[in-house]
Amino acid sequence: MSSAANPRDPLALELCALAKTFKLGGGMLHKSQTLKAVNDVSLRVPRGQVMGLVGESGCGKSTLAKMLLGLTKPSGGDVLINGKAIVNANQKALARHIQPIFQDPYSSLNPRQRIAQIVGLPLRIHAIGTPKEQALKVEEMLDMVGLPKRAAQQYPGQMSGGQRQRVAIARALIMRPDLVICDEPTSALDVSVQAQILNLLLDLKDEFGLTYLFISHDLAVVEHLADRLAVMYLGRIVEEGTREQIFNAPRHPYTQALLASALTPEPGLGVPDIGLGAGQPDPTQPPSGCAFHPRCPVAKPQCSQQSPALSAIAQGAAQATHQGSQARVACHFA
Amino acid sequence: MAQTFSPQVASEQHSVANWQSRLFHSTLNNRSLAIGLLIIASLGIVALLAPWLAPHDPYLQNTANRMVPPIWHETGSWTHPLGTDRLGRDYLSRLIYGTRISLFIGIVVALISGLIGTTLGVLAGYFGGRVDAVVSYLLTTRLAMPVVLVALAMASLIGGSMITVTLLLGLLLWDRFAVVARSATQQLRDAEYVQASQALGCPLHYILLREVLPNIAGALIVVATLEVANAILLEATLSFLGMGVQPPSPSWGLMIAEGKAYMFFQPWVITIPGAALFILVLAINLLGDGLRDLSAPGGRNE
Repeated sequence: MSSAANPRDPLALELCALAKTFKLGGGMLHKSQTLKAVNDVSLRVPRGQVMGLVGESGCGKSTLAKMLLGLTKPSGGDVLINGKAIVNANQKALARHIQPIFQDPYSSLNPRQRIAQIVGLPLRIHAIGTPKEQALKVEEMLDMVGLPKRAAQQYPGQMSGGQRQRVAIARALIMRPDLVICDEPTSALDVSVQAQILNLLLDLKDEFGLTYLFISHDLAVVEHLADRLAVMYLGRIVEEGTREQIFNAPRHPYTQALLASALTPEPGLGVPDIGLGAGQPDPTQPPSGCAFHPRCPVAKPQCSQQSPALSAIAQGAAQATHQGSQARVACHFA
Repeated sequence: MAQTFSPQVASEQHSVANWQSRLFHSTLNNRSLAIGLLIIASLGIVALLAPWLAPHDPYLQNTANRMVPPIWHETGSWTHPLGTDRLGRDYLSRLIYGTRISLFIGIVVALISGLIGTTLGVLAGYFGGRVDAVVSYLLTTRLAMPVVLVALAMASLIGGSMITVTLLLGLLLWDRFAVVARSATQQLRDAEYVQASQALGCPLHYILLREVLPNIAGALIVVATLEVANAILLEATLSFLGMGVQPPSPSWGLMIAEGKAYMFFQPWVITIPGAALFILVLAINLLGDGLRDLSAPGGRNE
C-alpha cells in the first residue's frame, strides 16, 4: 500500500497554518466563547521519520491529531498528506494513508468484538481480498505485533493492557498506511510494558517504512523515539527542531522548563521546581502578546504586547545547508 | 521483529472459559434474577401450551354452573379448580389463556417502543446538536402526556382491541428507551474505538449497529424488562376501564372488571386474576433488577 503513495514527495505530512476554533457555550443568556485549540500550526514531517509532538495536557495535541485523521474539520489551513490536501478527501481514501494508535487500549477496542474482527475490520470496510485472505492477513499481522494465533478468538476483556495495545497497532497497520498518528500510545501502560511497545513501534516503522507523528507528554519516551520534535503551548508550536537540538540546546523558555520538569529516577530529589509559577492560563482567554509571558521566567514588557513568530534560528552555514535540520523557535529573545 | 511475549498471556488464557461459567454462577447467585427467570419461564410455558394445559374451553358458557367457588371453598370441586365466572366459564382456563394476552402485549409493546426509543436515542446521542434538540423536544412532548389518559382517549376514538392497545402503548412507552439510549450513546460517541472506526471510513450504519448498539444493549435490556411489566399493567388498566381488550377475550384486566360487581361476596373473582397479574409483574421486575445488577460495572473487563 505504501507504494501507492507518491514516493518522490519527501514530506509524508505537511501542515500549513492549521487552525481549529471551538465555540463554547452560547445560550440565550450568555455569550459564546471561542477556544482556539489549534492556532496557526505549520509543520513538515519528512517521510520515514518520527516527529514528536510534546506539550502539556490541553495544549491542542489531540485536537491536532483528530484533524489529521479527518475526524474534525479544521477551521483554517491545510493538511497535506504525501503532498495532497485532505480537506475534501473521502474518509476512506484518507484512511488508507493515515491511521491512529490511541492512548487508552482499554477504550480503543470494542469490548464486544473478537480480536480477529477488530484487526480485520479495515480489510472488510475497504473490501480488500476475500474473507479467507483477510483471515490470513489478520493472522500474519497478529504475528508481526507479537501476539499468538489463539489471540484472534479472544475478546479484548481477556487481554492485558500491553496485549491490547498490540492489537490496536495491528489494526492500524494492517492496511499498510504511510503515516501513523500515535496519540500517547504508552501513557496508559505499565512502565515495564511501555518499552516493549515502543520497541515494537520502532521495529514496525523500519519494516513498513512508516512515518510517525508521536504525540506525548513523556519526554523520556520522545527522546527514545523521535527524530524531530515540536513543542506546543496553548495551540501554537513554540519550538521545533531535531531531537539533539531540542534536548541539548533548547531555545524557548517553555521548552527549557519542560525539559527541567522531567523527573529523574534518583530517589529523594523530589519534584523539580521549574519556576513556571501559576498553572496554564485559561485557553478561552489567552494572554496578550506571547501566550507564554505570564509564566515566563525571562519575560520582558515587549512580550505582553507582541506575539513572536515561529522563525528559523540563525545558524552556521554548514548546518543551514542540511535541509530539514533547521530549527524554529517562537520567542523574541531566543 | 520483537517477539517479546510475556508469560502473562498464559495466565490470561483460562479466563476465557471462566467468563461463561462466571456468568452462569453469578446468575444463580443473584436470587432475584433466578426467581424472576423461573416464574417467567414457567408462565411462558403455560402461555405456549395453553390449549393442552387448560382443562376447559375458556369461552364455553354454562349458565347452569355460574359462580362456582374455587377448590378451597367447602362447595368447590375439582372440575373447576378455580371456580367459574358469572357466565359459567372455567376460571382456570381463562387465567391460562389470559397469560398469552398479557405476555404478548408486554413483549410486543416493549419491542415496538424499544425500536422507536432506541432509534431516536441513539441518533440523538450520536449526532448531538440539532438532531438532539429535535429528539429532546419529542421526548419532552411525550413526557408531558399522561399515558393512561392519552391511551384511553385514543382507544375510545379508534375502538379498543388487542391490536389497538398494543400499538397505542408501543407508540407511547418509548421515552425511557430514548433517555437511556441517548445518554449511553453520548458516552460512547467519544470512545476511542468509535473514533477508530470513524477514522477507517466505516459507514454510519456500521458504526451505529456494530460499534455502538452492542455496547448499550445491556442497559436497554434492563429498560425493556421494566417496560414489559409496565405495558402489562397498562393493558390491564385499559381493559379494566373497558377501552382495552374486548370481551369475551380472557384478559386478566377484563376478568377483574367483570368480577368487580361480585367483589364483596365472591372476592376470588378479583383476587385470582389480581394475584396472577401481581406475580407476573413482580417476576418481570425481579428479572429486570437482577439484570441490572449483572450488567453493573464490575470491572474493566465486562
